[in-house]
Amino acid sequence: MSTLILAEHEGGDLRPATLSVVAAASAIGNDVTLLVAGSNCAGVGEKATALAGVNKVLVADDAAYEHELAENLSALVVSVAGDYTHILFAATAAGKNVMPRVAALLDVSGISDITEVKSDDTFIRPIYAGNAMATVKSGDAKKIITVRTTSFDAVADTGGSAAVESVASAGANDGVEFIGAELSSSDRPELTSASIVVSGGRGMQSGDNFSMLDEIALKLNAAVGASRAAVDAGFVPNEYQVGQTGKVVAPDLYIAIGISGAIQHLAGMKDSKVIVAINKDEEAPIFQVADYGLIADLFDAVPELSKALDS
Amino acid sequence: MKILVGVKRVLDYNVKARVKADKSGIELANVKMAMNPFDEIAVEEALRIKEAGNAEEVIAVSVGPAKSEETIRTALAMGADRGILIKTDELLEPLAVAKLLKHIVEKEQPGLVVLGKQAIDDDCNQTGQMLSAITGMPQATFASKVELDGDSIKVTREVDSGLESIRIKAPAVITADLRLNEPRYAKLPNIMKAKKKPLEVIEVADTGVDVSSGLSVVEVNEPEQRQAGVIVANVAELVDKLRNEAKVI
Ligand SMILES: Cc1cc2nc3c(=O)[nH]c(=O)nc-3n(C[C@H](O)[C@H](O)[C@H](O)COP(=O)(O)OP(=O)(O)OC[C@H]3O[C@@H](n4cnc5c(N)ncnc54)[C@H](O)[C@@H]3O)c2cc1C
Ligand SMILES: Nc1ncnc2c1ncn2[C@@H]1O[C@H](COP(=O)(O)O)[C@@H](O)[C@H]1O
Repeated sequence: MSTLILAEHEGGDLRPATLSVVAAASAIGNDVTLLVAGSNCAGVGEKATALAGVNKVLVADDAAYEHELAENLSALVVSVAGDYTHILFAATAAGKNVMPRVAALLDVSGISDITEVKSDDTFIRPIYAGNAMATVKSGDAKKIITVRTTSFDAVADTGGSAAVESVASAGANDGVEFIGAELSSSDRPELTSASIVVSGGRGMQSGDNFSMLDEIALKLNAAVGASRAAVDAGFVPNEYQVGQTGKVVAPDLYIAIGISGAIQHLAGMKDSKVIVAINKDEEAPIFQVADYGLIADLFDAVPELSKALDS
Repeated sequence: MKILVGVKRVLDYNVKARVKADKSGIELANVKMAMNPFDEIAVEEALRIKEAGNAEEVIAVSVGPAKSEETIRTALAMGADRGILIKTDELLEPLAVAKLLKHIVEKEQPGLVVLGKQAIDDDCNQTGQMLSAITGMPQATFASKVELDGDSIKVTREVDSGLESIRIKAPAVITADLRLNEPRYAKLPNIMKAKKKPLEVIEVADTGVDVSSGLSVVEVNEPEQRQAGVIVANVAELVDKLRNEAKVI
């Protein structure tokens, strides 16, 4: 039995999500092959050989893979799928885009967002916004899976000595064309891998007020997140959204400010180690999951918190 | 062109899911059901495309039990022209749903299929991508903006680091994200009119589509519950606890 992982990378480095997928593969217990696809990605392929637990690295270097187009990546994965018994992806926007295509092209079910490996064919995954955990068993010859990265501790990116092989491109689909991206450029840690996250909700009242959270985040080396309501209101961009249909985070510390705690929000943060809630409504459901609750007006509490962090 | 929209009947998003005592699944008897919220957004987008003069007909398709007719009627009340129910009492996997939708696509030849990005019951986020893969139509998932220019469609997508835009050629599959639009409410006269709109019912068995699945649910359990902690009196106490008790800052 062997596992193939579609690696994700950006700016010449593997994304942290991939290190967690390798950890999930190691829990399944097979030989692990990492597929690195991209344009001029030999350097990433080289770095990938050092990952703990990786036996082989396949590199597909072609302009067709530059923008992670799902049509092209799925064709590539299927072209190398061969005898692998498991094919894993990160449950990121990119991974979710590709995994179901690979499953469908191989005519097997997809298994989304696993949080635990019970055995090589049995996995646990959240359903209903994490209000239930389903144990699912696959009888398919190939298990096609996305992995919830916060549920698996990243493997070390040193110590390994995998062999590199190059593989042929599977070509480009002409029905789809990448036009451009408006990507956030932030020097703050990335939301899903930050050890502290400070999130704001509708209670923040405006985008400008999020600068109060930026200030705290800077002092704590934290990432800034948000509820759907704050994103819908235009306070912050979409990539800030934490929740069932946004990003899932599980930092050491999650500070929810002006967020009520709807189940859809809790789905994205309730596995955080320590949760702090600052809300003026003592009935807010967020307090039911908070380790430390502060019932206060955020416009008083947040500046005070910022000051207290200086001392 | 025609637009096909997928509408799934799911537990209403305001209702907390309860695990059945025998761990076989979620309690769905006598609870409020509704159209999957992302599918309301998909219907709305299809209607807007039609209202802008870029489509002639919007067809709402649901795969599910007889009661899913209600979900289709909701889509018809919003403004869809006709409905198709592919009836089954089995809980089908996204792959089976995608194959059934493909069956309808072959029959109806839509220029566009609009689905939700995710059903909020199974949280799979798979069906649109699978339909795209098995039909060969290009996909634009997690759409927050759709701009038509003949058979060329520019789609802005919500991705992990922001937004990206791609151009796809119709016929194509689009899946709706939260910020694509704000779906309209069905008005009472339209709810009445919707009762007269055509709704075709097809049995899964009559489609000839193989809906078997290699995946089975062994059991469904409650998640671990978090215990509520303490309420602190002020910011100073909070910072003290975080530093000296939880040791996280
Ligand atoms: C299909 C679907 C998917 C969804 N996905 C997500 C998701 O991924 N993520 C997500 O977050 N939500 C999601 N939602 C939305 C979710 O249901 C809630 O509507 C949303 O989380 C509410 O955001 P909020 O807590 O910021 O706003 P509200 O519920 O309005 O809460 C604002 C809170 O701020 C407090 N407040 C106000 N002013 C102050 C002040 N001055 N000081 C202190 N406290 C103050 C209030 O007491 C209140 O508790 C989804 C919903 C649907 C239907
Ligand atoms: N049973 C169904 N009937 C109609 N549409 C469905 C069904 N299941 C899934 N879909 C569509 O596929 C989308 C994604 O579902 P899923 O892949 O299950 O998360 C939904 O938002 C619907 O638009």
